Amino acid sequence: MSSETPIIQLKNVSKTFGEVRSLSDVSLEIYPGEIVGLLGDNGAGKSTLVKTIMGFHEPDQGGEIWFKGERITEWNVAKARSLGIETIYQERALCEQQPIWRNMFMGREMRNKYRMLDVKGMREEASRLMSEHMGFTSTAVHPDNTVQTMSGGEKQGVAITRALYFDAELVILDEPTVGLSLSETKKTLDFIQRIKTSGRSAIFIDHNIFHIYPAVDRMIVLDRGKVAGNYKKSEISMDELIESMYRVARTGNLKESK
Amino acid sequence: MSSAKEVTAPKSNAVRPPSFWRRFGLQVGIWSVGLVMWLIFVALAPGAFAHKNIYLAFASTTPIFALMAIPLTLVIITGEIDLSFPSIMALSACTFSEMAQSGISIWISLFVGLLVGFLCGLINGYLVTKFNLPSLVITIGTQFLFVGIDLAWTNGSGVDLTPSKYNTINRLLVGRSFGGIANQFWWTVVAAIFLWFLLNRTKFGSHVFLTGDNKISAQLMGVNIKRVKIMTFAILGTFAALAGLIGSFEVSYFWPTMGSGLLLSAIASVFLGGTSVYGGTGSITGSFVGAFIIGAINAGIVASGVNAFYTQIFFGLVIIVSVIMQALIGKRIKK
Repeated sequence: MSSETPIIQLKNVSKTFGEVRSLSDVSLEIYPGEIVGLLGDNGAGKSTLVKTIMGFHEPDQGGEIWFKGERITEWNVAKARSLGIETIYQERALCEQQPIWRNMFMGREMRNKYRMLDVKGMREEASRLMSEHMGFTSTAVHPDNTVQTMSGGEKQGVAITRALYFDAELVILDEPTVGLSLSETKKTLDFIQRIKTSGRSAIFIDHNIFHIYPAVDRMIVLDRGKVAGNYKKSEISMDELIESMYRVARTGNLKESK
Repeated sequence: MSSAKEVTAPKSNAVRPPSFWRRFGLQVGIWSVGLVMWLIFVALAPGAFAHKNIYLAFASTTPIFALMAIPLTLVIITGEIDLSFPSIMALSACTFSEMAQSGISIWISLFVGLLVGFLCGLINGYLVTKFNLPSLVITIGTQFLFVGIDLAWTNGSGVDLTPSKYNTINRLLVGRSFGGIANQFWWTVVAAIFLWFLLNRTKFGSHVFLTGDNKISAQLMGVNIKRVKIMTFAILGTFAALAGLIGSFEVSYFWPTMGSGLLLSAIASVFLGGTSVYGGTGSITGSFVGAFIIGAINAGIVASGVNAFYTQIFFGLVIIVSVIMQALIGKRIKK
């Protein structure tokens, strides 16, 4: 794997908010076709890391972001998305008073040849995606409905379908199963498997190791803004992982007797 | 398109569009307020309201603030407010009048006048987004600043716009056409159509809604909310400049304190039209109709033979009732 060029690579990325250092010297890389689990306690810096990868936060001086072997200097969300990175955010990132179609195409609106918004096209695509990929059976959901009328699972469906529509090379899922029912959770986990079978990469963040472990190839443990561990799945069993997670939470170290 | 396959086939894809009421409830609301008000006026003063003269009067006076209420809608949808546009109006018209009076070509003066409006809006937008300041406060400041420059420049005296060199531009902006309808009415219609397209059929317009709805979500999805806000202020500034020129030519005189008194009429038009105070939703047609309702109240009261001192009571009641009605309709729509 190491001979390949990573899709995305972070070198010594730190992020400080005022006095608080959320990330310190994080280095990691994600390879094509790889599903990487990102574990860590509350406040470990998972969401900050995601938002830094997406260009929402600018890393502190000295940190580098490389995309497919090229260093990126002007990094922002629009650029990250146009290069093929999509994120399903923990907070969903929806605009609740807007119709579904506008949410689905937020930031990457479809335009016709006159550079006008292709509202009809977006409505039709949203409608098709909702029935084909989200499996909506509810009669109340139409692309013109506003998001505020939908249930939590349906909202998550919009966020997932949005990431899937743009055929991203790297999909980041930040706690996608929070607040979902069992069947909705299962759907989300299936979605992650489909990313893998289609040869794309994903970063999967979850509190629940039982969700993460079966789904991923590799796991990165984040603790207090630092990378505390990096395991291939073949190197560690689920029990050992849980054990070391407890140890990290207690002592800040992954290995015993340090 | 995605290569991924759906795991479970949907059982039924029956999807129903939101009901007519849900989609157009607020629009129906504002149009019916206008209609009911008109019927009341017709009943009270059939003589005045059966004759076209009163409508011709609306068409000449209302556009001066309607031209600002319509672009103000965009600013309010992004969740901001601008209180400085009447001052931008005065400063732009001042620029035009002073330049043209000093012998500079009318068309260059016109261009610079509009440019000043655009730049004033740009300054508002820049200050609001760069320093993350509440637009309510910063535009109170720029409102004094812009009108202050205007007063210092003119030394408080106006400019006569009757000379014949102004004939062409006068006819263009405020001439009469189609049986006496003031051209500024057509300019307002053009502005409404243009801004409707901008808001509803361009990427920029989509971003205006998204910015006002949830700016964090919009930013997380790559919307440049600062640029969107700056642009809405700049568009409003440009239209305020146009309104300033129209207001001056309508009376063939530029007076440096023009614009004062129009602020609340324009803001009231926007809220009357169903645009949300909290941002995220709003309508150009609503503001257009709202402006003409506000415009009609003044003339309507006088024509109905009611003491003109009652105008403000009526004004207040219409606004309060409309806004309460919108809140109720809005609640129904959300359910």
